[in-house]
Amino acid sequence: MEQPVETEMAHTEHHPLDELLRQDRLPHIWCPGCGLGTAMTCFVSALYKSCLDLDKTVVVSGIGCTGRVAGYVRLDSFHTTHGRAIPFATGLKLGNPDLKVIVFSGDGDLAGIGGNHFIHAARRNVDITVICVNNFNYGMTGGQLGPTTPLTARTSTSPRGNLEHPFNLPYLAAGSGAVYVARWTVLHVRRLEKAILQALEKKGFSFVEVISPCPTLYGRWNRLRDGLDNMRYYAEHSRIEHGADPGEVDIDLGGEIVVGKFVDIDKPVWGELAPA
Amino acid sequence: MTEPRLLCGEYFMSGDDACAEGAICAGCRFFAGYPITPATEIAERMAARLPEVGGIYIQMEDELASMNAVLGASWAGRRAMTATSGPGFSLMMENLGLGIMTETPCVLVNVQRGGPSTGLPTLVAQGDMMQARWGSHGPYEIIALTPSSPQELFDLTIRAFNLAEQFRTPVLVMTDAEVGHMTERVVIPPLEDIPILQRRRPSVGPEEYLPYGTSDDLVPPMVNAGDGYRIHVTGLTHDERGYPAVDAETQQRMVRRLVDKIRNNRHQIMDVEETDLEDADVVVCTYGISARTSHWPVAQARKEGIRVGMLRLITVWPFPEEKIRGLAARVKAFVVVEVNLGQMVYEVERCAAGRASVHLAAHAGGDLHDPDEILNLIREAAGVR
Repeated sequence: MEQPVETEMAHTEHHPLDELLRQDRLPHIWCPGCGLGTAMTCFVSALYKSCLDLDKTVVVSGIGCTGRVAGYVRLDSFHTTHGRAIPFATGLKLGNPDLKVIVFSGDGDLAGIGGNHFIHAARRNVDITVICVNNFNYGMTGGQLGPTTPLTARTSTSPRGNLEHPFNLPYLAAGSGAVYVARWTVLHVRRLEKAILQALEKKGFSFVEVISPCPTLYGRWNRLRDGLDNMRYYAEHSRIEHGADPGEVDIDLGGEIVVGKFVDIDKPVWGELAPA
Repeated sequence: MTEPRLLCGEYFMSGDDACAEGAICAGCRFFAGYPITPATEIAERMAARLPEVGGIYIQMEDELASMNAVLGASWAGRRAMTATSGPGFSLMMENLGLGIMTETPCVLVNVQRGGPSTGLPTLVAQGDMMQARWGSHGPYEIIALTPSSPQELFDLTIRAFNLAEQFRTPVLVMTDAEVGHMTERVVIPPLEDIPILQRRRPSVGPEEYLPYGTSDDLVPPMVNAGDGYRIHVTGLTHDERGYPAVDAETQQRMVRRLVDKIRNNRHQIMDVEETDLEDADVVVCTYGISARTSHWPVAQARKEGIRVGMLRLITVWPFPEEKIRGLAARVKAFVVVEVNLGQMVYEVERCAAGRASVHLAAHAGGDLHDPDEILNLIREAAGVR
């Protein structure tokens, strides 16, 4: 039998983002068609293009599929308990203001079990960036109902359709005091990367929601087909509206996804008002 | 950073205030907490004092957040603490576990009050002793100190910070509403007389550093976030690189080490005070505020000719097993005095292993024991009627 010809290319070609990923931990655990790989790539390319001192840049995650991002980036990174990434990040940032602290986690982690921490960090305007990948369900545990699951959407714990009103995360963030709020889908890679860059440069609590498919679970329950079909859906159903009223950007099952930069304001960050 | 304005001298000070001052003397520069009686005064003192010494005080949204902020601040290089009472202690259990798993030095003070649930917010109890030992899930060892006075709360808070750094683990100070709210003489020594153990740093650079690699003492050297080592820290079972390794072999190796680093070094940690144990037939074994309630009955029983002594636990966890075993071989009985319906008494029974009888002076909390009740129990244990 003929031996397969080994391709040298894969081993010799150096990708500029290699330095930002823990090569010894790849391949990642995410499913085919999942948007997390794209979201992480946008994140690390934003870091690559930023002027940040990467030795002083820290990523904090909670639990879940998105929570695994902390384990793949070659930065100081903390994979904490479910929902608690934001208070952990608050301790890091306040403990050493020279650090750039980014929370990278999922909708269930940040808006479900960690919802209280999310609104209070936004209220305090702690100088951290929160990137939330919203796939509308709890993926790691097998696709259960989450705080962002749209009305009527099916999941393993809402098999007859969701009867609860979901959170509109940009509205929640804006209402809680976030100074920067944007939403993009993983189809909008360049805009997403740019939004992350802006969020990183913004002083205060900045928030980027990343709409991402979960073909294995949420997608299957709701007959959304595979990853590519989800991309097609995003292409056809998303509408860019910068400055849209965050209260008007709810996401319904089968409905439009309004994306863009919704909030960009300035106000003192935590600690800035302390008398000298 | 501004010069630490240490309040060196003699004070008439509450236990809670002494705890806060002890923390500041120990180099604590970060406090995250949530108001809760009877621990609030610690937070209030820290809110007033930390900005004077270049520290950070933040009031979080709950105790889950408080414990996490403390862990984050510790990784930012700060000596960090929080203080709470029963209901908040319950909420902190989740991330006490994260602190243990990620080997994060910090101090958690529990000013115990009556429980279960909201219980007696303003009144004393010692009902969280087993929660201190086992309250977070999974197998682990914990260090817990039990002060009997505001002075000791000051001293043991300092020791707690040093133990936390030495063993890279959260350390509990298990005080109570009486000690926390009592006001007594507290001597704050000059700063140079206070031993401060620094965080042990790795001797190698980022390329060679294994965040969870250890040598004989089982405690890995620690770097801070931002030091350029680009470490990964996870609450998942992890290997020496800090990478998740979700398998039985790593679990065995890693969790065993977490337990052994405290268990094997317990003699460095354990501290008891022994009074009149040389000739004792009966040993009153107690801790915290209950040790003070026990002084009069022990002295009175001695006057009555009963050979009784006192073993006061200054560290309850790790439990001084060998000490109890040694005593059990030669004494007739133990009388355990604690403001709960039986917690540390189980440890005494376990170590006495039937070689000496064990009697519990139980009290559900709200106030302290009636000293006569303890005296009667000593008499009973001694076989005097």
